[in-house]
Amino acid sequence: MVTFTFNILNMKNIKFLFVGVLFGIILSKAEVISWYRIYEMFKFQSFHMYGVIGSAVVLGSILIFLFKKGVIKTYFGAQITIDPKKKGFSRNMIGGIIFGLGWALGGACPGPMFILLGRGALAIIIVILGALLGAFLYHATKKFLPH
Amino acid sequence: MDFILQPWPWYVAGPMITFVMFLLFYFGKKFGVSSNLETICAIGGAGKLLDFFKFDWRKNTWNLLFILGVVIGGFITFQWLTPSEVVALNPQTIQDLSELGFQNAGAQYLPDEIFSSDTMFSVKGFLILLIAGVLVGFGSRYAGGCTSGHGIVGLSNLEMPSLISVIGFFIGGLIMTWLLLPLIF
Repeated sequence: MVTFTFNILNMKNIKFLFVGVLFGIILSKAEVISWYRIYEMFKFQSFHMYGVIGSAVVLGSILIFLFKKGVIKTYFGAQITIDPKKKGFSRNMIGGIIFGLGWALGGACPGPMFILLGRGALAIIIVILGALLGAFLYHATKKFLPH
Repeated sequence: MDFILQPWPWYVAGPMITFVMFLLFYFGKKFGVSSNLETICAIGGAGKLLDFFKFDWRKNTWNLLFILGVVIGGFITFQWLTPSEVVALNPQTIQDLSELGFQNAGAQYLPDEIFSSDTMFSVKGFLILLIAGVLVGFGSRYAGGCTSGHGIVGLSNLEMPSLISVIGFFIGGLIMTWLLLPLIF
């Protein structure tokens, strides 16, 4: 805990706190944290969520292209390398389906869970504890699962 | 100021999410929220039960600070930047939900039918919240990412695993929304 406190005081990392604040405000203001927006998305009754994710991805692909070409460099002057996601159809498809079931039921993916905690939504604490339990259960059972 | 107080349209929010991704890349990190679940498990002592959680979580301090910032961002927005929580839903959505028994859909961000304190302390309500969380936590770590890591970064990086995962997200979401929610409610 002492080290953790030290790390918080370490200015090197404090910038990520502010990036997080920005992210929390953006998702809140875009109503992405609303259960109803997720329901509406899966009902194909609104363009809103598709617009948010779609425009972020289109601009993001341009951004990553520029980073990889070295047109944009990191703060440290380095070129970025992005560790590729793990290959394997089963892990991505089955894991994805399980995630999607939970996303549509609780109306919140991991980011919005923490935003709703900041909103003071008491019930979200149960969802977050469930998510921690779920992450634990995955690692407890992964040797039996197809990847 | 008025613009900040209004709900932001997708064409503002989407590019700003890309900006967040840019800031993290710029500072040498990669955007991804769900890995924090493992980090918090490790801090909570899960290493005593499973060797996987014996990793040195201090290397992820930056991401914990990010998530702490996210909580603060939620607090700030609800305290000062959200004069109204009315969500302008499609009228059809409101009607579909009322048929499921959801009253006043869109009157605030979260439906009372799932998130009110009365509901959360009922057996059914508690289980819905807990199971939703377990599915999200289990699924995101199984797939190796959630909406941010796969949906935003992975797709932007044109990665096949992320495309498969996002297709999975949608299959799961559609099954829940169209088939299971009408059975649950």
